[in-house]
Amino acid sequence: MEEKLVTAAQVRNKTLVSLFFLLLFIASSIVTWNWLQKQPKEKEALKPLRQALDANESIFSGMFSNYHLVKTYPKEMAAPKVRVNGNAGMSDDFDPSTWKLKLIKRPGDTVFISLDEIKKIAKTEIIFDFKCIEGWSQVSHWAGVRFSDFVKYYGLDAQAQLQFTGLETPDDEYYVGIDTKSMMHPQTLLCYEMNGAPLPLNQGFPLRLIIPVKYGVKSIKRIGSIYFSNSRPPDYWYERGYDYYCGL
Amino acid sequence: MKRIVKKHPLAIRWFHWLNFPILAVMIWSGILIYWANDVYKLGWNDKTILKIFPDSFNKALNIPFRLAEGMSLHFFFMWIFAINGLLYVLYLVFSKEWKLILPNKRSFKEAWIVLLHDLRIRKDLPVQKKYNAAQRLAYTGVIFMGFFMLVTGLAIYKPAQLYWLCAMLGGYQWARAEHFIITILFCLFFLVHIIQVILAGWNNFRGMVAGFEVIKGKDLAVAKETEAVEHPDNSQNKTN
Repeated sequence: MEEKLVTAAQVRNKTLVSLFFLLLFIASSIVTWNWLQKQPKEKEALKPLRQALDANESIFSGMFSNYHLVKTYPKEMAAPKVRVNGNAGMSDDFDPSTWKLKLIKRPGDTVFISLDEIKKIAKTEIIFDFKCIEGWSQVSHWAGVRFSDFVKYYGLDAQAQLQFTGLETPDDEYYVGIDTKSMMHPQTLLCYEMNGAPLPLNQGFPLRLIIPVKYGVKSIKRIGSIYFSNSRPPDYWYERGYDYYCGL
Repeated sequence: MKRIVKKHPLAIRWFHWLNFPILAVMIWSGILIYWANDVYKLGWNDKTILKIFPDSFNKALNIPFRLAEGMSLHFFFMWIFAINGLLYVLYLVFSKEWKLILPNKRSFKEAWIVLLHDLRIRKDLPVQKKYNAAQRLAYTGVIFMGFFMLVTGLAIYKPAQLYWLCAMLGGYQWARAEHFIITILFCLFFLVHIIQVILAGWNNFRGMVAGFEVIKGKDLAVAKETEAVEHPDNSQNKTN
């Protein structure tokens, strides 16, 4: 190790200069933190952090692939009691007997589809670890039609080219926007069964979304309408400060 | 006159001090996120000795219902943590500083002697360079902890796209627990680190601030003694 002979004054000065820079560094860390907290909010997230979330989307959506499948489990591992989380959009004045899915192909071109018609499309089952944005997860068993099969069946190829798909509950109280690429993932289901039986009302009867490549917030219960867009459809939790993409 | 010796290069001092605010923000935002599913505890089966974290802790620090805020902070500052760590490791490699910090053959044996010495049980210390054996193990360990922090974090951030990584770590919930445990280890490291720095004193602390250490009287005497043996005609300079 390199040794040097210096005067006591030199030692003192070098130390003081370095200490000054350390204090400056600590002070600027605090100033930066306070500056960040004072930034305007964009959709309930501090603007610089919102920009970071959006930048993360452009970075990590690059690794998304239809060939990356979430792990599936044997039926025995599925939880008999499936956790119910969140009741936005699940108002009491809903009449399932008159329900039909409102498919907005393009503005002014809307079709209404009954559950029986949807059930004509090939059924797909999935048992996977459902992941909530809160951090819990649960292996659960769902069945329905692949969204990509639904798109094929109803000839929505042009719509599937649009960047986003929007879904809303019949009362418009809960709504999600999802990149259509993730919607077309082979494990994304328009789901009507849970544990081999029709969906319970509190799990979104008659039809809900199950999208394993996203946090549960995107798996909207009780779908009222579906539409397509090239700009971000409104999203309930996005408006409350969460990431728009929510991709796993 | 004072005899000084270079200790920590400027780059290492920057990497070191940057970690302080970065880790503070990462741990704070991590706690905000953890609250939304605070299932860990000390105990067994239905018996809970200590809930992690106790409600009083959450209440005192105003932690509840700040998940979105925690996530937005975490997913921004993760980049700074990762980049700072990566640059640090690259610096270690290219500056050859890694030779001073990685444990060598003797380190594992000598670390016990250092431990006994620090606990005031033993008096002597093995010869060392910049870091003693225990420091080599601890500082190399903390680099690995940083690495596993990134790996476990990535696994719970993208468990579907990085399904293989998640599987390697024992699955999603295990990866989450591992991420949490490494955080606890980081906090314990920090605690021991602070105690050791206080015990080691000002001269050592200055090494991480100003980059040099003053060779004290006793050390100087030892240095001169060696010198005296090597050059006997200088022996009248012996200070003792």
